[in-house]
Amino acid sequence: MTHELHDITLVVNGRSHPIRVEARRTLADAIREECGLTGTHLGCEHGVCGACTVLLDDQPVRACLMFAVQADGRAIRTVEGLAHGDTLSPLQKAFIEQHALQCGYCTPGFLMLGTAILEQNPDIGDEELIEILSSNLCRCTGYANILRAVRAAAAAMREEGVA
Amino acid sequence: MNAGRLVGRDVARVEDAALIRGRGRFVDDIAPAGLVHVAFLRSPHAHARILRIDVAVARALPGVHAVLLLDDLRPHLTDTRLVVALPSPSYRLDLHRPVLAETEVVHVGEALAVVIAESRYLAEDALALIEVEYEPLPAVADCDNALAPDAPPAHSWASSNLAAEMTVAYGDVEAVFAATPHRFAETLHIHRGGSHSMECRGVVALHDVVEDRLTVWSSTQTPHTAKRLICDLLGMDETRLRVVTPDLGGGFGPKLIFYPEEVVVALAARLLGRPVKWIEDRQEHFVSTTQERDQTWRVELATDAEGHILGVRGDLVHDHGAWTARGVNVPQGAVAAMPLAYVVPAFRMTIRAAVTNKVPVTPVRGAGQPQGVFAMERLLDRAARELGLDRAEIRRRNLVSAEHMPYATPLKTRGGIPVTLDSGDYPRCQQMALDEIGWAGFAERQRVALAEGRYIGIGVANYVEGTGRGPFEHVSVRVEPSGRIMVATGAAAMGQSTRTMLAQIVAEQLGANMANVEVITGDTAAAPIGIGGSNSRQAVLAGSSAHVAALKVREKVLAIAGEMLEVAMGDLEIEDKVVRVKGAPGHSVTLASIARAAAGQPGFVIPGGRGPGLAASEEVVIDAMAYANGTAAAEVEVDIETGAVTITRLVFSHDCGRALHPRIVDGQLMGGIAHGIGNALYEHMRFDDQAQPISTTLADYLLVTATEMPPVRILHMHSPTPLNPLGIKGVGEAGVIPIPAAIAAAVEDALSPFDAHVCRVPLSPVDVIAMIDPVPEGSA
Repeated sequence: MTHELHDITLVVNGRSHPIRVEARRTLADAIREECGLTGTHLGCEHGVCGACTVLLDDQPVRACLMFAVQADGRAIRTVEGLAHGDTLSPLQKAFIEQHALQCGYCTPGFLMLGTAILEQNPDIGDEELIEILSSNLCRCTGYANILRAVRAAAAAMREEGVA
Repeated sequence: MNAGRLVGRDVARVEDAALIRGRGRFVDDIAPAGLVHVAFLRSPHAHARILRIDVAVARALPGVHAVLLLDDLRPHLTDTRLVVALPSPSYRLDLHRPVLAETEVVHVGEALAVVIAESRYLAEDALALIEVEYEPLPAVADCDNALAPDAPPAHSWASSNLAAEMTVAYGDVEAVFAATPHRFAETLHIHRGGSHSMECRGVVALHDVVEDRLTVWSSTQTPHTAKRLICDLLGMDETRLRVVTPDLGGGFGPKLIFYPEEVVVALAARLLGRPVKWIEDRQEHFVSTTQERDQTWRVELATDAEGHILGVRGDLVHDHGAWTARGVNVPQGAVAAMPLAYVVPAFRMTIRAAVTNKVPVTPVRGAGQPQGVFAMERLLDRAARELGLDRAEIRRRNLVSAEHMPYATPLKTRGGIPVTLDSGDYPRCQQMALDEIGWAGFAERQRVALAEGRYIGIGVANYVEGTGRGPFEHVSVRVEPSGRIMVATGAAAMGQSTRTMLAQIVAEQLGANMANVEVITGDTAAAPIGIGGSNSRQAVLAGSSAHVAALKVREKVLAIAGEMLEVAMGDLEIEDKVVRVKGAPGHSVTLASIARAAAGQPGFVIPGGRGPGLAASEEVVIDAMAYANGTAAAEVEVDIETGAVTITRLVFSHDCGRALHPRIVDGQLMGGIAHGIGNALYEHMRFDDQAQPISTTLADYLLVTATEMPPVRILHMHSPTPLNPLGIKGVGEAGVIPIPAAIAAAVEDALSPFDAHVCRVPLSPVDVIAMIDPVPEGSA
């Protein structure tokens, strides 16, 4: 049983990581182990829980359902790239202010999903927002505060003109 | 109750700064140099004899370091079994599970071999190369059938499937039932599923050959227990082992259990001389992490004509799973919770725990209490219906009231400690929920809806929860020479803000700057003893110890500062990192210099007259549990075409005594409520008749998502308990407890035009349709 190795470059949060992986290596494992960015978490490894959500060319994807070789050269964003230095993103701030995280395990996935929502549709209505947020699972919060946080971040971004 | 400077206020959580940036340190984030990876070979059979295991091909795979069976581990173990059962005279079988299965497997997912390889990918490749010859044996898939006289044994050596039996009783039950014509019997099937923390389990072990010390990072709620068991099993001196609970991605019960994987990974690190990691995947979680499952309650309620409870009796059959991984505490907790909110003069419940060929059952958030509450509340709804009483009114007539407090029940806890309800006003709490949801006007709303062809219903359920199980939790508080305040505890954080809670309580007494407090949880190197996380206990026990320790350190700080500043202690205050004279803030001394003075100098007297060091260690002993209470009221709409249940409103009124951090209390409750909705409508760990699990993905086993969450209104009462100095009761499990009962009642009410009778949870759409149309089309 031999597995050919592939030289690829993962561009994560603007930084290039030249890595050598088997074709079967998942994007999530490569981000966590080869790139050393452990903020992306694995909750189910079958594409349901969304804890591993990252942005690939600005679209939220399940990093457990992609192979690293499929992401070669594409722009990947993870939770580690959300803050600028010490300044948290509006969504990160809102998560803290709204107590939208408890154990924090699902949080990176929700932050990436929420970031995509706010970038693509900052004026999203509640019904659609809830529908999209239902693509990720959280066992601690009961979701209400996550919903509040995304709404609050949207409002803050409108106020600051970020969106 | 008045809030302090920090306690009782929504201060910022100390956990968030790292977690929000993806800088948490969960067990899978720990990757020492030279790490190798583990995968376990798990039984595909629910019950089978192991005839042969051939690992030769797997061992030969490049990149594989070892493939180990129990026989390979045996020379290094003092015992090949995990003897972990809580004490109880009720056991009828010794069911200590093996470190690895050797001659027989008794549930799907039971581990029988371990592969250690350069990567998890390779380790799983090697699993596929292990040849096992099994002889399948009859499997026990159902707890009721398990106890039938002709049932096959779940363990081939066992004479029966009765794991344990016990009776909880007081009062003259037979006389009570004989004397009243008002008797109401129900047979209830209550299922609970797994905990499904978003993070599965994991273990990393690192053997330091220089000092011959082993460090084990485990996703455990009970690191001190894990340390004791690993020391026992590996014959290790305690000074050579450290067990650390890193950040936990949720616990919810099953992570309090000690698992075979923990000792196997620890041993593998010693045998290989390499750091070893095992991370459970979700499919393994479904078949190897403990869960709660099935209970069948055959129960009967006796009342007088006005609905006053005279007695409760019945029996409970509980699915124990294949091994005793904790004890009989789940059915015991279920039965104990059943009568607790009400005045029940006579009570007798028999518990039989049945062995099945399924993963062991141990507590999941709520630990049996949702089931006990479900049974009691279903009986009360039945009695109300048959007696022509309002469902809330029959409860009001029976709830323990404020005038009863403290109310000494005839019950005892599993440790023999009397159950005395310490505080609260249960009828008032119920009334708050009823008022908020508009109980009084509901009948009219229901009539209007029905006229429009909409089926809406309302339900209410009460609970009383034993929280803060003792005897103690260790907390030490130390002011270091830097002026930093170090807090260490045996409590283990699993996402419920434990570090924030302790930092709040300690900083309240020592300068009110939480940023100056460092809290270490779940590390056996930092706390000499500890119990860990379970039973909604850590705020109560660790919080109390932290409070008392902080007061002692405060006293010492002020005594030394008083001598240094030559003023009376009473004239001093601690602000941030300094102690200063009230009204003369310039006249001050830093915590750092006080700590240095307390550390002593050779030949000089330590100021303050209270001995060296600026530290205190506390294990405040609180044996009696603090009883929290609450009421859930739910309104639902049922689509009679599809069987879909929509929860339209949910009100939760509760009393957890003083709230240390109102926002965290709400957060804990909301998480529990979501879990309870799952237990009521969605979460079902399914097995076929050969005990094969058939819901082993999160696509088959449904967790509540954002779309299923109804609007929730939480209402608070604050009756401080006299049992601890902070007046607090636990709240980590409360949310889940009454929800299935309240939703079941609401569904039954919505379907009252069909004379529906809800006697099970979860209620799938299929179950709902079956109540509307008892003989659905196409059924044989």
